[in-house]
Amino acid sequence: MLALYSNPKWLSVARAAVERLAEVLGFPVEQCRSITRAVDEALTNIVRHSYSNRLDQPIAMHFRRAQRRRDGQVQKGLEILLCDRGPPVDPSKFQGRPLEEIRAGGLGLHFIQQAMDTLEFTRKGPMNRLRLVKYLAQGSSVL
Amino acid sequence: MNISTRRNDKTTIFDLSGDIDFANSPHVRDSVLLEIRESRASRVMVNLSQVRYIDSSGVASLVEGLKASRDLGSRFILFGLSMAAREVLQLSRLIKVFEVYDTEEQAMAS
Repeated sequence: MLALYSNPKWLSVARAAVERLAEVLGFPVEQCRSITRAVDEALTNIVRHSYSNRLDQPIAMHFRRAQRRRDGQVQKGLEILLCDRGPPVDPSKFQGRPLEEIRAGGLGLHFIQQAMDTLEFTRKGPMNRLRLVKYLAQGSSVL
Repeated sequence: MNISTRRNDKTTIFDLSGDIDFANSPHVRDSVLLEIRESRASRVMVNLSQVRYIDSSGVASLVEGLKASRDLGSRFILFGLSMAAREVLQLSRLIKVFEVYDTEEQAMAS
């Protein structure tokens, strides 16, 4: 578990931790980068939208092993749970913009969806919880 | 993250380096837009060769630079894309929108 405040200066620390974790778990280099980018974008969304750019609000990152059965085989992966205590988020707003549009903004969610196998948002008590999961290719697990 | 500016004749070159994320992309955006509007250079070039990481807010800053340049009738060029920069621009499909060159020499000769 990694706890940090909503100051953007901590984003680089979170990225370093996630990228190293993904490396150790055996994800290919390209996926280490995309998982890291997804978590960075998700944290940025929390800072911007959930906490309205306040710098001193709590964010918790939980890391767990994930597992699913696909085509009769067990596939292992990494689950990342991001928790914040901001106001409830409307899940219907979890939509990236069409990539055909040439404009600033709206790309973060696209990067998250592109990188992760699972993206689930829930509200539990006073907390927003974003669950991200990425599975390793079958047979390449070092978990 | 570092941003430095070089000017020669009618060209302004920004050298960006390090990680561009939500902590510093507003600074990148403001610096680029201010320079574009004040220098009125006919060509604005951004060196991304030393960019280790760039997030969606950094890409948004580049898009704003492109639009501001177009509004003023100047060219906005990216060159020397690092792997991180190229990957993100390809993922967003914005690489097709920018004028991109491999090297500064190629960009200058364009």
